[in-house]
Amino acid sequence: MKLKTLATAAALSAAGLASLVTTPSAFAQAKEQFFPVLVYRTGAYAPNGVPWANGYVDYIKYVNAKGGMNGVKITYEECETGYATDKGVECYERLKGKGATVFQPLSTGITFALTEKAPNDKIPLITAGYGRSESQDGMAFKWNFPIAGTYWVAADALIQHIAKKEGGLDKLKGKKIALVYHDSPFGKEAIPPVQERAKINGFDVQLLPVTAPGVEQKATWLQIRQSKPDYVLLWGWGVMNSTAIKEAVATGYPREKMFGVWWAGAEPDVKDVGDGAKGYNAVTMQHGAEPNSKIVQDILKEVHGKGQGTGPKEEVGQVLYMRGMMSAMFAVEGVKRAQEKYGKGKVMTGEQTRWGLENLALDQKKLDTLGFAGVLRPISTSCADHMGANWARVHTWDGKKWNFTSDWLQADETILKPMVKAAAAKYVAEKKLTPRTPEDCKG
Amino acid sequence: MLYRENGQFKTSYRADQQIFPILQDRLAIGLLLAFAAFVVPFVAPEYLFRAILIPFLIMSLAALGLNILVGYCGQISLGTGAFMAVGAYAAYNFSVRIEGMPLIASLLLGGVCATGVGVLFGIPSLRIKGLYLAVATLAAQFFVDWAFLRIKWFTNDSSSGSVSVAGLNVLGLPIETPVQKYLLCLAFLVVFGVLAKNLVRSNIGREWMAMRDMDVAAAVIGIRPVYAKLTAFAVSSFIVGVAGALWGFVHLGSWEPAAFNLNRSFDLLFMVIIGGLGSIMGSFFGAAFIIILPIVLDNLTVALGFDTALASHLTFMVFGALIVFFLIVEPHGLARLWSIGKEKLRLWPFPH
Repeated sequence: MKLKTLATAAALSAAGLASLVTTPSAFAQAKEQFFPVLVYRTGAYAPNGVPWANGYVDYIKYVNAKGGMNGVKITYEECETGYATDKGVECYERLKGKGATVFQPLSTGITFALTEKAPNDKIPLITAGYGRSESQDGMAFKWNFPIAGTYWVAADALIQHIAKKEGGLDKLKGKKIALVYHDSPFGKEAIPPVQERAKINGFDVQLLPVTAPGVEQKATWLQIRQSKPDYVLLWGWGVMNSTAIKEAVATGYPREKMFGVWWAGAEPDVKDVGDGAKGYNAVTMQHGAEPNSKIVQDILKEVHGKGQGTGPKEEVGQVLYMRGMMSAMFAVEGVKRAQEKYGKGKVMTGEQTRWGLENLALDQKKLDTLGFAGVLRPISTSCADHMGANWARVHTWDGKKWNFTSDWLQADETILKPMVKAAAAKYVAEKKLTPRTPEDCKG
Repeated sequence: MLYRENGQFKTSYRADQQIFPILQDRLAIGLLLAFAAFVVPFVAPEYLFRAILIPFLIMSLAALGLNILVGYCGQISLGTGAFMAVGAYAAYNFSVRIEGMPLIASLLLGGVCATGVGVLFGIPSLRIKGLYLAVATLAAQFFVDWAFLRIKWFTNDSSSGSVSVAGLNVLGLPIETPVQKYLLCLAFLVVFGVLAKNLVRSNIGREWMAMRDMDVAAAVIGIRPVYAKLTAFAVSSFIVGVAGALWGFVHLGSWEPAAFNLNRSFDLLFMVIIGGLGSIMGSFFGAAFIIILPIVLDNLTVALGFDTALASHLTFMVFGALIVFFLIVEPHGLARLWSIGKEKLRLWPFPH
């Protein structure tokens, strides 16, 4: 290589680096609130990550089309994490510097890493339906908000649903339930509540880990064929779900007896399997696929109708799209709630937004005006409870769409509360943190 | 002109054996280190520290470790991620199970544990080599992934399998801010860099290189293959283990086995190959290339207005093309380009 080429290459890379280091600072002057959007549109989990991201971005566009948050427009920037923790951390650091209001990591692994960082940077983390289950305890986790539900709620609701099918919780005695889980922090979150329930209700649990990303499950399903569990709980994500259902078809395990977590209950998981997936169930945190809800109609009109939509129009209102939209709604409502205290029409800081998220009061009336009537039940968070609601439903795939097949299920607080308290206390002790005092909650 | 070394005569063995025999090199390295230690902490923004500099320093350390094994001793390893994981989890266990364990000690003990595991998985290298050895070290990767996912003792019975550390300090000085973390990593890298450079110049380093170039000939002239290969595995895994511990403790703060998966091993191998096999300097170049380039490309594509999915795919494509380009144009890696540059400067302005 010639010296000249070498010099050109060096100059080029220097220019690239320079563009990296300079961060834009001018936008903070205008009335704009910055929302970082951590997504994965590539990689093994992309089929599920894309609809979530589309829903999230569409909701932001919708809010802007409606005049923003009391006049404050939302600016946003996507960052591709590919579901990798170190990439997520890099995204966090990059977007943090641009005045981030709130982060939604969309990965349990990234949530764990960011939980360590958020308190220092004073940026709240919304983990709607994932993340650390014990972070429901706001006294220990000041900056984490698993709004609307955690994996422990999901597991408890599922066991209750199964018990109902059997004719009561006492009928679970002696039954065998297999837990097929993604071998990562995400999948393992399911183990404590299921084991706790097993102790109380006297059923057997068989733990069957599946290595990420989850395409290799032959051995797992061989074990299921041998042990013939009465029910299978599926804690999967991405390609693992459709593989599991295909394996169930191959081994002849009845799909009616399979219950997925809410990340294993969306259209991309069952579509490829076709008729084989008929009868497969999944728990879902409040919302399901709601193509007829008012908010979906509004988005179709205001965003997609004006050619501004993200992603295909047919996917609007599907399960993961709804989840992305709902997650964005929590962030927007958090900011709006904060504005009620710190001044309407102002740009909120991370700390102020944190207060808003902690005092979220989405009652029925509010949900109706937002267009979420029938999609969600009321959610109200507090200092001690960062989750706000513990309701779930089970829906079933009929070959074409998801239909609700259960009533509203509420997780049993008498079982989960002590577990959350204990896990949060362990975290606080391990980290040598001081938990918040009641005075801290008044601020 | 700039690099003319006329008049720099060496009159003692000591002067002849310096790491940087040329005055200009000594000056440049001295200035670079002074800049890194005394200027960068005051001027660089936080993002640069957290997203680029700290990962770069730690990955350089890991690449340095791997380079000793692959570049100097010629033993191809695909288990680097595993040895990093062993370092990280061992250091974690030392720090949570032993009250008042100092940070540096637990990091180094993490390295010691990685050494043990590295030597264990290095034993097959006595009988097999090349591609076969690569596959054997792959076993380390799978075994370690399995162990840390399944054996709860290693993760201190954490229900999710993810572990985290906090309240880091060295001799009472907290390691909390990005600058402190950066300086800690820099100190580790400088110390290990000097140690490694001296090791490869010493008799053991020559044994490694003899082993790499032709093991039969090396054995004939009296080099013990067992000793040479296993020491290479030991030194390499030790450095890689410490890098893994730093990656977990300092960079991520909270991690799961996926942080040290097979991709990590591949990345490190690419770093060594692109940077330059058998070159200490090359490890740094390789790490910089692999860490910084995707981020630069990411930022550029986003700045140009592509959507994230396309940007991410584009990054992969450009990245792959660049690797192929480099391997064709300069198979000895970036370190070789660097030395060509120096040669040219030495002759400039009178090229032959």
